[in-house]
Amino acid sequence: MIRRQFLLSATAALVIAFPAFAADTVKVGLVLPMSGPFSQYGQQMQNGIKLFMKEHGDVVAGKKIELIVKDDGGIAPDRARRAVQDLIVRDKVDVLVGFTFTASALAAAPLAKEADKAMIVLNATSSGITAANPYMIRIGQTLPQITEPAGRYAGAQGYKTIYTVVADITAGHDAEAAFTRGLKAAGGEVAGTLRVPAQNPDFAPFVQRIKDGKPDAVFTWLPPGEATINFIKEFNQRGLSAENIVMLGTGDLTDELTIEQTGEAGIGVVTTGHYSMAHKSPKNQAFIKAYLAEFPNHKWPNFMSVSAYDGMAALYRGLEKTGGNASGPALVEALKGEKFESPRGPIEIDAKTRDIVQTVYVRKVERVDGTLANVEFQEFPASRDSASQ
Amino acid sequence: MASNILGILFDGLAYGSLLFLIGVGLSITMGLMNFINLAHGTFAMAGGYISASLSQKSGMPFLATLPVAFVGAGLFGLVAERLLFRRLYKAPHLDQVLFTFGFVLSSIAAAHYFFGAGQQMGVMPSFLQGQIRVYGIDLGRYRLLLIAFVGLITLALHLILSKTRFGAQVRAAVDNQDAAAGLGINVGLIFSLCFALGTGLAGLGGALGIEVLGLDPGFPLKYMVYFLLVVVVGGAGTIRGPLIAAMILGVFDVAGKYYVPQAGAFIIYVLMIVLLLAFPTGLGGKRA
Repeated sequence: MIRRQFLLSATAALVIAFPAFAADTVKVGLVLPMSGPFSQYGQQMQNGIKLFMKEHGDVVAGKKIELIVKDDGGIAPDRARRAVQDLIVRDKVDVLVGFTFTASALAAAPLAKEADKAMIVLNATSSGITAANPYMIRIGQTLPQITEPAGRYAGAQGYKTIYTVVADITAGHDAEAAFTRGLKAAGGEVAGTLRVPAQNPDFAPFVQRIKDGKPDAVFTWLPPGEATINFIKEFNQRGLSAENIVMLGTGDLTDELTIEQTGEAGIGVVTTGHYSMAHKSPKNQAFIKAYLAEFPNHKWPNFMSVSAYDGMAALYRGLEKTGGNASGPALVEALKGEKFESPRGPIEIDAKTRDIVQTVYVRKVERVDGTLANVEFQEFPASRDSASQ
Repeated sequence: MASNILGILFDGLAYGSLLFLIGVGLSITMGLMNFINLAHGTFAMAGGYISASLSQKSGMPFLATLPVAFVGAGLFGLVAERLLFRRLYKAPHLDQVLFTFGFVLSSIAAAHYFFGAGQQMGVMPSFLQGQIRVYGIDLGRYRLLLIAFVGLITLALHLILSKTRFGAQVRAAVDNQDAAAGLGINVGLIFSLCFALGTGLAGLGGALGIEVLGLDPGFPLKYMVYFLLVVVVGGAGTIRGPLIAAMILGVFDVAGKYYVPQAGAFIIYVLMIVLLLAFPTGLGGKRA
C-alpha cells in the first residue's frame, strides 16, 4: 500500500514536472506489431525509424524527438485502440506513427481525431481510410494503388485469357476489383475468377483447375506467408510456369522477406509494387547499405522499413515547416502536397486526400548476383488509389 | 476426362496422406491413452524446426533429417510427458484441455523467441520436385513420397501394436490399467513410450509437411482443427479409422475445391458433420 502511494505520488510529480520539458520535446507514439505472427513487420518498421533518427539526429526544429513504442500484436483493433488511448492520455504523445493493418488504423482514428493528434500511417492498405481522421496521413501504400497497374500491364501484353485467384476476404476482393479495373482500362477482360479460402493448406486443386483452363496469365492475391509461398511452389511444381502461364501479383507476393523461401519457383513471377530492394537509385543503395550495417542480424529491409523511414522523414519535414509545432492541424497542413525522394523513388502526399502518391513499378523475379530480387522494368509514375477518388 | 478424375483422386489421396501424417500421432496420445492432447501441433512444429534447421544450417539432405525429426520430437515428448503431462492423466478432461492449450501458447512464444516469426524454408531435393507422367496422369513426386510414407507408417504401427510384446502390453494397459499393473506390466513406462511414439510421429508429420503447410510459430494453432478432424472423424485409438477418415476427407476436399471452388472451404466441415452423425464414435472407433 505504502509502495503504491509512493508510486502514485512519484507519477504525479512526473506529470507536474513534465510541462517544463514539454516545450522542448515532441513525443512520438509508435503503434507497431512487435509480437505475434506479424512481429517481423514491427521489427522492420522500428528499424526504419531508428535508422532515420541515427542518420538525421533526434533534434528537429529545436525539439528533441522522443519515441514511445506500443505493441498492438498484429491484427487486433482493440489492442491498437487501447495502445493509442494510453499514448494520448497517459504518455501525452504529440504524434502517432505506425498502424500496419486497416482495422487498427480505423480503430485508432476517432481517438486521435478527438485529441487533435496527427496519425502517420505506415502501412494499413485499404482504400480511403484517411477520411476517418482529418489529421491522418498515409505514407505506405494502398492495395488498389499497387494492384491496378498489374491490370494495366496485363492489358498491354495482349494476353488472350486472364484468370484471377484471390483469397476470399475483403483484401482479396479489393485486389480482384482493382486488377479488373486496370485491365479494363487497358482494353482487356478477365476470363475466369477464383476465390479461395484464406486459410488453405493445399492449393493443388485450385492450381490444377487453372492449369486445365490454360490461361495466358493469372493474377494472384493471397495473404502473405505460407499461402503465397505454397501457391508459387505448387504453380511451379505442376508445370504451369513451364507451360508459359505468367503469374502476376502485387509486391507482397514476392516480398523481400519471403522471396528466399519461395526459391527458384518464384523466378519469372511479375509483380507490381512500390518498393524493391533492387530499385536502382543512389538513395536506395545508401539506405540498404546503412540498414544492413546497422542491423546485421536482421533480414533484408522490405517495404515496411522503407515506409517507416519515410514516415519519420515526413514528420521531420513537417516539424521543420511548422517550427516545431506538432499539433495535428498544423502538422498535417504543413505536409499537404509535400514531395520528397524516398528509397523507393519519388513520393508525394496528396494535398486533398492526404494519401500517398508514388511510382508503382512492374518487376520480375530474377537471380541477381546469386540472390533473388524483384527487378524493376516498367514504371507507372504518380499512381494514386483510384478506388477512393 | 478420365485422366482428369484420376489426377484429382491422386491429389486427394496425397492430401489425405498429409492429413494422416500430421494427425496419426494424436490418435495414439489421445485415443490409446484417453488424454485430451491439444498440444499435438507443438510436437509437429518441433519436428518441423529440427528438419528445417538441419537442412538449412548444416546442409543435411531432407530425407536424412526425417528420422532425426522423428527421434527429436519423440524425445521432446518423452521429457514433456515425464515432467508435465503424466500429472494430468487422472485429471478431468477440462483440465487437460486447459493445460495442453497453455502448453501450445507457451510453445508458440518459445518458437518465436528462438526462430523468429518468419516462414522457414523447406529444402526439397530436386528428385522430389515436379511431376512424373504415369499412363497419362501427372503425379507429383513429393506427393508420391507422402503416400509412400503413409503406407510405411500404417504397416509399422500395425506390426508394432498387434505383433510385438510392447504392443500387447500397450493394449493391456489401455484396456485395464490396474489389471495390467497387477500382472507386472510397468504401465507408467508403457504410457511414456506411447506418448513418445505419438509425438515422434507428430514430428515426422511436421517435417514432411513443411513443403505444403509451411512452418512458422503459429503452426500448432493454425492446423489444430485438421489434427482433431482426422482423429475425431476416424475414431481415436485406432490406426485404421484415422487412415480411412484422412483419405475420405482428402479426396472430397480436393475434388470439391476443383469442381465447385465456391463451396471449397466448407466441404471438409460438412463432411465431418455428416460422418459424425453417421458414425458418432468415429469410422474405426470401438469406444467414444
